[in-house]
Amino acid sequence: MKVEWLVKSLGLEVKAGGNQLHQEVTGGYVGDLLSDVMAHSTSGNVWVTIQTHPNIIAVASLKEMAAILLAGGREPDPETLKKAEEEGIPLLTSPLPAFELVRRLCQEGISGIW
Amino acid sequence: MNQTEERYPFYRTFQIEGGNFTNAGSISSQVKRILKEEGFPGQVIRRMAIATFEAEMNVICYARWGILNLLVSNDFLKVVVDDEGVGIQDVNLAMKEGFSTADERIRELGFGAGMGLSNIKKVTDEMVLTSVVNQGTHLEFTINVKNGDFS
Repeated sequence: MKVEWLVKSLGLEVKAGGNQLHQEVTGGYVGDLLSDVMAHSTSGNVWVTIQTHPNIIAVASLKEMAAILLAGGREPDPETLKKAEEEGIPLLTSPLPAFELVRRLCQEGISGIW
Repeated sequence: MNQTEERYPFYRTFQIEGGNFTNAGSISSQVKRILKEEGFPGQVIRRMAIATFEAEMNVICYARWGILNLLVSNDFLKVVVDDEGVGIQDVNLAMKEGFSTADERIRELGFGAGMGLSNIKKVTDEMVLTSVVNQGTHLEFTINVKNGDFS
């Protein structure tokens, strides 16, 4: 499943990296501790978090994630937007809380085990 | 792999500025790019990316400045990080997952969960950590290229 499908079906807002929505999603990961995400996520994951600072782009880029999904109506820092564009990481937002977002991702067939 | 005996080993040196969170991850990104260009196996690059990121973040979170040296050879990849900073009081305790001395500011950014050093230990084949309080910390780790799978 591609990122752009999730954008449509979950009604996500694309804040940056709009030219990378063709990325294939391999699974999902949730976390706000960057070391935990570094250790346990994998390439192609969609990452649900409430962290908004630029370091999330470094993590997503190093782990070659398909997209970052900011939950709970969080807005990315301006520097985060800039870095997301530079690194080509889709940065998506939703007003829904993380739990609900994950539930909907699961409904779309995204798994937390890969 | 496109490497030849003559080109290896080679070194790269990077400076890390303590407290500068804006560019955090930039050195691990550069290291990853170099390893990709050299054609190392994906699993080796992924392990190096995790370990280098954690090492870089430790300098940014806890030190004034640091130097990261990368050694690239046919059989193994080695990273040596020396920093000048507060150092680590009890190295064994610092290695324990969950132990952290991070302040609120660092924790709010999603760092300082006490996972960094144990993450490095998990993804590397060899790791050495020594420290002198109020002077600095020396960290080195090696990943064997031939043994690309997680150990």
